[in-house]
Amino acid sequence: MTYLADVVALTRKDLRIELRGRDTLPAMLLFVVTALVIFHFAIPDAAGDDAAYGLLWVAIVFTALLGLARAWVPEQEHGVLDGLVLAPCDRSAIWLGKALATLAFLVAAQAVALPAFVLFFEPLGVAALAGVLLADIGICAVGSLLSAMAAAGRARELLLPLLFLPLAIPLVVGGVGAAVSEQAERFLLFLLLYDAVFAVLSWASFEYVVTE
Amino acid sequence: MTDLSLTSLRSLPALAWITAAAMGLALVLALIVAPEDADQGISQRIFYIHVPIALTAYFCFGLGALKALLLLWRGEERYDLESYVAIHQGTIFGALTLITGAIWAKASWGVWWTWSSNQLVLFLVLFLFYCAYFMLRFSLDDGPRRARSSAVYALFGVALIPVSFLAIRLAEDFIHPTVFTREGPQMSGSMFATFVVSWAAVTLLAYVLYRVELTGKRLDADLRELREALQ
Repeated sequence: MTYLADVVALTRKDLRIELRGRDTLPAMLLFVVTALVIFHFAIPDAAGDDAAYGLLWVAIVFTALLGLARAWVPEQEHGVLDGLVLAPCDRSAIWLGKALATLAFLVAAQAVALPAFVLFFEPLGVAALAGVLLADIGICAVGSLLSAMAAAGRARELLLPLLFLPLAIPLVVGGVGAAVSEQAERFLLFLLLYDAVFAVLSWASFEYVVTE
Repeated sequence: MTDLSLTSLRSLPALAWITAAAMGLALVLALIVAPEDADQGISQRIFYIHVPIALTAYFCFGLGALKALLLLWRGEERYDLESYVAIHQGTIFGALTLITGAIWAKASWGVWWTWSSNQLVLFLVLFLFYCAYFMLRFSLDDGPRRARSSAVYALFGVALIPVSFLAIRLAEDFIHPTVFTREGPQMSGSMFATFVVSWAAVTLLAYVLYRVELTGKRLDADLRELREALQ
């Protein structure tokens, strides 16, 4: 079980860095709550209830982007990635560790954002929450890989949203559908399919992205 | 230096002429020979250009992903350029699909853009995705890492095509039901023949453009290497 042990060690490393430095999570929290307040002024009263769910998803995607943009910064700043790639562990474990740590940040941010959404706007059902969780998995799986790709580029902060947003469109469809549709299970199944396809793709291709 | 075999270069002009002839034939068939559509009238004739272009764009994206897979699998450098050129052609044909689709939408529905045409929405998503592919490529330094990152992104693209298509179909459920469909009456024999000829002509055109761009890019790279060797 060395693979799992590697993943756990890498995830714990990221969580510990965050716990000590507090670089990412407070920014995500502040961003998502501010975004919700902006949405209050952005939606006219006549827009109806469903519009709020759509904007919740805009907030989630952009909050995730904020976290993802920071995901590989510690590795980049101190040349840790080279060390990790040279370490005798499967390279995909690096991706999985990062994806899990990012997922932890995103879920933590949503633990504040979703109650705030319910307080400010509309209630969220079980299907909507399941949709959020399933979409989170997809966001972190794809985002961790794309963020590693973008981190090697010249304009990484600019590049990541461009790479990520077209891939996030199906997730938004699934998430919004799970919240507003009467046949929510179709959308949850779709999100599950997305997660499976792109998690496997990211897991298999991460090695090619980080090796020289 | 890449090996530019002269025989393949020599066949290119001939192929280009054949393509020009095929395109001319396809246009004559589409504009003059094919019977007028009973429902849509003359505007239906853009179908013979629009649909082959869209299919060719899919084909180019698929080819780019195939070359990307070969690059990751075999590690041969030449696949990088081939994958890039195929995706470049796919993006050009994708943009043409959006333009011809918009023209057709204006002619038959009176609007330049409609979210109820799933194919158009899919092409918009794909167009954005593949534009990001170029941003990625131009932002990374030339080398094996760029080649592999681009290849991985290209592979994500072919996974995104069916997933996005499914998502757009599902989104109809809560955005709006489909009002317009293009499912008209069945094509007659001569309409179908025109369509097939157009499709072949556009595919040939894409292939010739692919070869021309690839040859140009390879010549460029060779020239740069020669210059460096001389300095």
